[in-house]
Amino acid sequence: MICGDNYFGSHIESGVVDEILELIRPLSPDAFVAGPAFNAGRYGVACGTMAKAVQDALSIPVVSGMYRENPGVDMFRKDIYIIETKDSSADMRNAAPKMAKLLKKLVNGEEVLGPKEEGYLEKGIRVNYFNERRGSERAVELLVRKIKGEETYTDYPMPVIDHVAPAPPLKDLSKAKIALITSGGVVPQGNPDHIESSSATKWGKYSIAGMDHADKKDFMTIHGGYDRAFITEDPDLCIPVDALRKLEKEGVIGKLTDYFITTTGTGTATNSSKRFAEEYIPLLKEDGVDAVLMVST
Amino acid sequence: MHVCTVVPISLTIGANRIVPAIGIPYPLGNPTLGEKKSYEIREGLVRRALKTLTVPVEEQTVFEEDF
Repeated sequence: MICGDNYFGSHIESGVVDEILELIRPLSPDAFVAGPAFNAGRYGVACGTMAKAVQDALSIPVVSGMYRENPGVDMFRKDIYIIETKDSSADMRNAAPKMAKLLKKLVNGEEVLGPKEEGYLEKGIRVNYFNERRGSERAVELLVRKIKGEETYTDYPMPVIDHVAPAPPLKDLSKAKIALITSGGVVPQGNPDHIESSSATKWGKYSIAGMDHADKKDFMTIHGGYDRAFITEDPDLCIPVDALRKLEKEGVIGKLTDYFITTTGTGTATNSSKRFAEEYIPLLKEDGVDAVLMVST
Repeated sequence: MHVCTVVPISLTIGANRIVPAIGIPYPLGNPTLGEKKSYEIREGLVRRALKTLTVPVEEQTVFEEDF
């Protein structure tokens, strides 16, 4: 099957997936291979979309191949086997045999080993098994390997966090509009939006208009990760409205926004935090905010 | 910029201008020293925090002291 990735990408809503499925179905295939797409993004998305559709509709094994940073990986790695390839088709001679080997195993119903052994990108599945050697022994061995600087691997990798280039400095702080954001869980009394005490899935934007400090009558903290006694008594310890107002009056800063933005940082997934920022940054931009003071406990 | 008590976390998540805070239950101030002193500490940290926004940084920078 050949389908241009631009055609595919621009016809997803008008039924290209079903169109291709109906071409495949009469052939009664035993398995389906899509790609490898290497680092071609639209191609990767098309491969992942079709592989998943075939797997769901025909209940047959499917395999694709992509470079780790192909956007198709994050979209489909949990649904289908994607062999990890290098970023260009120069890697075809390595990628194709791995894909074929895995597909053959799937067709024959043989046991599929972990990502490291088979060369596919982690599907986020953990399999319990009994190791012959107990955990303490293996932990010490791992530590020794690390001390020696030898290669190690983890069964439970930490999330990859992207770093951004530092923003250029403000031209004139005395004209800058400053927003205040916190992960310290300070919210209006009663927590009107029910922001969670840990593992937050939402954030809030609340007024500080006309306030010369953050009063305990108006604010509370719902953060589940520290002793709340101090900030309950004086919310300025976390949202320094008093100091910022003073500096606003002195002309050190141009203006403090009429609101602050808040969530609970404890246990909160980095992916959730990223989403929060993607949601509130457009509001800050629209409001002409020049810089943000962010406070974490 | 990021005012935070646990600087290694801030470095891990990628903040570029960092000012270390006082304590986890009271990042800006120290209520055990009385209200006046606590406010002075807070104002000092906020001033330093805002000033970090006026200087160029090439990489993640922790502003430990007033400058």
